[in-house]
Amino acid sequence: MLEIYPEKAQKDRAKHLAVNDQSLEKANKCITSNRKSLPGVMTIRGCAYAGSKGVVWGPIKDMIHISHGPVGCGQYSRAGRRNYYVGTTGVNTFGTMNFTSDFTEKDIVFGGDKKLAKIIDEIEVLFPLNKGISIQSECPIGLIGDDIEAVSKVKTKEHGKTIVPVRCEGFRGVSQSLGHHIANDAIRDWVLDKSDSKEPSYQIGPYDVAVIGDYNIGGDAWASRTLLEEMGLRVVAQWSGDGTIAEIENTPKVKLNLIHCYRSMNYIARHMEEKYSIPWIEYNFFGPTKIAESLRRIAAHFDDTIKEGAERVIARYSAEYEAVIAKYRPRLEGKRVMLYVGGLRPRHVIGAYEDLGMEVVGTGYEFAHNDDYDRTIKEMGNATLLYDDVTGYEFEEFVKRIKPDLIGSGIKEKYIFQKMGVPFRQMHSWDYSGPYHGYDGFAIFARDMDMTLNNPCWKNIKAPWKSEASGDSVKAVA
Amino acid sequence: MPSVMLRKREDGKLLFYVAKKDLEETIESLEFDSPDRWGGEVVLGDGSRYFFEILDSPPKIPTTLQAKRLSEE
Repeated sequence: MLEIYPEKAQKDRAKHLAVNDQSLEKANKCITSNRKSLPGVMTIRGCAYAGSKGVVWGPIKDMIHISHGPVGCGQYSRAGRRNYYVGTTGVNTFGTMNFTSDFTEKDIVFGGDKKLAKIIDEIEVLFPLNKGISIQSECPIGLIGDDIEAVSKVKTKEHGKTIVPVRCEGFRGVSQSLGHHIANDAIRDWVLDKSDSKEPSYQIGPYDVAVIGDYNIGGDAWASRTLLEEMGLRVVAQWSGDGTIAEIENTPKVKLNLIHCYRSMNYIARHMEEKYSIPWIEYNFFGPTKIAESLRRIAAHFDDTIKEGAERVIARYSAEYEAVIAKYRPRLEGKRVMLYVGGLRPRHVIGAYEDLGMEVVGTGYEFAHNDDYDRTIKEMGNATLLYDDVTGYEFEEFVKRIKPDLIGSGIKEKYIFQKMGVPFRQMHSWDYSGPYHGYDGFAIFARDMDMTLNNPCWKNIKAPWKSEASGDSVKAVA
Repeated sequence: MPSVMLRKREDGKLLFYVAKKDLEETIESLEFDSPDRWGGEVVLGDGSRYFFEILDSPPKIPTTLQAKRLSEE
């Protein structure tokens, strides 16, 4: 398959593709990851700005996130991720709005700091209920060397609000992964460190937890939160779906950090573990098997009331999810799935598919690091495919050879496969559906998979480039 | 001299994490690990070797320390 590449590219790409072998303890023996994509291949990755503004900062609803630089980056990433939130947009929440400094030639030549200062002042006048501002740098800011930190400091003093400069210029790093890291560090340096001296604004309880790395896509964080609260825990903060700056400032007081998206938020969890001695664990709320496992693991960190709570929750929903499995499993049994998503789903959703009797035959990450693959190897069956930073061409070839029944990937891949007549679900933003987390989400997940897979339309689709060259078919269409 | 974040895994093993290098490995052996002497040469799960300054008492884990990478023979 790699034959079409030049020799050097062939060698490089071969390292990113592997066949899973569960006996391996360490992924770096079989697969390379987090390396620069080769020029010329169609990578599906994003940039550091996407990782910071789109993923980590964007969902914090009561802050205004300025896309500092030319207008496009902010506009084309606006509201595309479906991070749901409660609030009145434009008054006290700003999640789906796009704020940009709209750089022009003049700003590149003379610097954009003055403009930035002016924007911050304007925001204060127009949206006085904002609780803070973050400045998300686009590429030119780093290239022309603007001092956004200085502007932030001056304006923080002037307005008395948290203003965070984030150095997430798109050219940094190999993928959005570095953007997550930069965003985490910015939260550490500009939010957590500064709020250390503040008194907590609430009564600290023994069962306080923070949900970290759940971006509330289609309401995911809410579906997760209800389960945690039902078992007796108090969710103090949501990072960052439907989250607020106050929640983030409160997080260092919690007893346990629960990490859902490990890749994008582990840095801050590690920091809090070191500085505030808050333990953290990863959990997985996709599919009943994994949910039960996770609930018990979380409960193990607390006393018996929570442990009982976990069992109670599992028992309470068991009739519900068993009904879901009973309904959909016969329709989905034995179907084969290929995944290619971002940072956590390539391994997290495997359990949910298996609960439905489906088999994941290939999985891969856009921007994972080695430790993600360490974790993936155990989840995947033997002799299944692993592909890191798969290129458009490779993914297509894999699908042609393996012929999966369903593909779960992102919007950039969606239409290629739909035109090929392969059922496809978008696993970044749940194809305008969701939530998929939690027991409630599992029911929706199962319904969506069934709806897609067993949709009669797939039989009728023929790739346009495969249409018969005879005149008859053209006439039939006309 | 990478800065290394040390933390305990659930099973009690020490994890050696270097954010910049994207390296997370278990510590297989530590030269000195007694109440009055801690540090020295460490061997990681992948066989690479690092060196911590020798401390008078074990550090409070989790923590971040400087480590020196020892060349492989």
